[in-house]
Amino acid sequence: MADAKIELLEVRKTYGGHVALCGVSLAIAAGTFVALVGASGSGKTTLLKTINGLAAIDAGQVRIDGEDARAVPPHVLRRRIGYVFQEVGLFPHLTVAENIAITPKLLGWDPARIAARVEALLDLVALPREVAGRAPAALSGGQRQRVGVARALAAEPAVMLMDEPFGALDPITRDALGTDVRALHERLGLTTVMVTHDMAEAVLLADRIVVIDAGVVLADGPPQALAASAEPKVRALMDAPRRQAARLAERLGLGS
Amino acid sequence: MSPALAAAWALLPDYLGWHVLLSASALLLGVAISLPLAVVASRSPRLRWPVLAFAGLIQTIPSLALLALFYPLLLGLSALFQGLIGHGFSALGFLPSLLALTLYSMLPMLRTATTGILGVDPAVREAADGVGMTPSQRLFQVELPLAMPVIMAGVRTAAVWTIGAATLSTPVGQTSLGNYIFAGLQTENWVSVLFGCAASAVLALVVDQLLGLVEAGFARRDGRRIGLGAGALVLGCALAIAPIVHLGGKAAYVVGAKNFSEQYILAELMADRLEKIGAQVSRKEDLGSAVAYRALAAGELDVYVDYTGTLWTSVLKRQDNPGRAAVLAGLTQELKRRDGVIVLGSLGFENAYAFAMRTDRAQALGVTSLADLARAAPSLTLGTDIEFLSRPEWKAVDAAYGFQFKAKRSFQPTFMYRALGGGEADVISAFSSDGRIAADHLTVLTDPKGALPPYDAVILVSPKRAGDRRLIAALQPLVGAVDVRAMRAANYSLDRDQGKLTPAQAARTLEKGFR
Repeated sequence: MADAKIELLEVRKTYGGHVALCGVSLAIAAGTFVALVGASGSGKTTLLKTINGLAAIDAGQVRIDGEDARAVPPHVLRRRIGYVFQEVGLFPHLTVAENIAITPKLLGWDPARIAARVEALLDLVALPREVAGRAPAALSGGQRQRVGVARALAAEPAVMLMDEPFGALDPITRDALGTDVRALHERLGLTTVMVTHDMAEAVLLADRIVVIDAGVVLADGPPQALAASAEPKVRALMDAPRRQAARLAERLGLGS
Repeated sequence: MSPALAAAWALLPDYLGWHVLLSASALLLGVAISLPLAVVASRSPRLRWPVLAFAGLIQTIPSLALLALFYPLLLGLSALFQGLIGHGFSALGFLPSLLALTLYSMLPMLRTATTGILGVDPAVREAADGVGMTPSQRLFQVELPLAMPVIMAGVRTAAVWTIGAATLSTPVGQTSLGNYIFAGLQTENWVSVLFGCAASAVLALVVDQLLGLVEAGFARRDGRRIGLGAGALVLGCALAIAPIVHLGGKAAYVVGAKNFSEQYILAELMADRLEKIGAQVSRKEDLGSAVAYRALAAGELDVYVDYTGTLWTSVLKRQDNPGRAAVLAGLTQELKRRDGVIVLGSLGFENAYAFAMRTDRAQALGVTSLADLARAAPSLTLGTDIEFLSRPEWKAVDAAYGFQFKAKRSFQPTFMYRALGGGEADVISAFSSDGRIAADHLTVLTDPKGALPPYDAVILVSPKRAGDRRLIAALQPLVGAVDVRAMRAANYSLDRDQGKLTPAQAARTLEKGFR
């Protein structure tokens, strides 16, 4: 795929003797929202980290905009790619505003532009501006992850990587933040790759779902296509949210 | 204020200034070495063990020994530099103290800084990579700031240790608050000892509290506390160091003294005469016996008093005893030829090693000479000063008489006399000019075989000052001017329990006597 934003070619990664990825190839078109789904230890987080070099690959190639990712130093590559961490990873010794401003500062933006950008981002992720001067520890879990999203978007990246970004949030916050992230994806024309173990979340947010199992791609396609898959493991993954939705409807008396 | 306390106060600016300068320099140097090492150790598990083990090993060496070890090491290095680039440096005083204290301060800082950096949350470390930091940006912007409270805790521990251990730099010739303690212990001036301990403890407490303020500032990310603590530390150091900066640099002559009362008095006597001709004089006291002569030969001291027997046996390694005049003449010739050291002349008294017993005990045992002592030795305990048993004089006397003592115990000179009085020792290695021999009515045993060499007190002048007529003219009148009775009285005025004089007062009294 020549016009792919992100392209993985036969990517292999081992940790010690354990093979995390065994020859994964994947092409992601610009503007797509991709969900990487799989069980714990399937290799989905490793796959995400190979895209911005947080996991160094042993063989194969990663291309961003058609260019080998290893052609630039890793820190330069990462400043162009937003990353939202599972454990949020805000810097506890910096304020909310300083956390958001970190990548623009590393890129040497002038202070006025950074200040304006921080305000715009707080609005964008629906945080009140007065949290700017607070320490991350003074925020709720949902607010902290909103700051994490704002930090990832700060340097206006075209690509956004998210590693189980809503894993630790309560269901209401999780739903609201998911919806907001999808809206931001549309509005900013991002290419987003999100790791999740929750198939319902993947179905609700993603254009395309890639199922990873034991370091290989088990299934790949839009949610509807996966729903029709004959592969038993994929069926099991897809059936769980469906059954859950049906039982919910039944118990709440919303059935037809 | 009591006179003893007033005397201690008067010395405080000089002692405290050096103590602060030494401790602060050692601590800063320690931080400058430990932090990069800790970063390396936190990055590489393979280097972590050897680095921490080395620092731990240093810590197991008694700090006084570590200080003492640096003196010969630096002396060798200095000689090497002298040979290589024609410039030596002083192996005495500040440099060995600084290096030993720096090494000593490193363990707590290395250990806590390594732990602190390793203790940074891996998620935060990964986030630093993820937002596009280079490894050094991650270190300076994330890891070090987050590890700072832990690192500061290590700096606090190191500061308290360093300030305490700096008192031990006195015997290698570095003025510090330890001068109160060492000199006080020697002359049984407990006010001085307590004053030194209290000053060092108060200094350590104040520094600990101020560093604690900085630590709290880092922990709470409160720049005001950091600034206040650091500012007070810098200001305090500057104020403490100011008096010695003012005095420093102008000291023209360095007068040395070993670590006992007579030496303090004679150093004051010489310093006083030099000051009277308008010279700036600094004093290096409490030097070890071997350190003093080598320091003089190397030009780090200009003048001090030593004893012919000591020089004969320890410096020239002679074991014969050709008689008092021959020893003095031989030394004068040989020291000049070998080291360029000038023996200006004898002060006029001997301070020989002499075996002394309580008179009642000596009479009961029928002991009047060393030959009698050898017969009675199997039931007696010998008390000596700390170095006597390792000195050639002891070997010579032991070889001549063949002593078989029941036990041998070493003491600080002061406590040696106490031990004799209290019966913990039956016979001691006394000094013939010691005022306590007469005051305690001790019996000095005769030496029928002439095994102990003569010990005329002589003024030694460094090679550097050999042609300094002003200095020699100022000190020449002291030759032959001090008789043993006057010296004993002066020594006793420091060593007695009541109405102690300071060395300077005793020197003035002594000087009045021979004018």
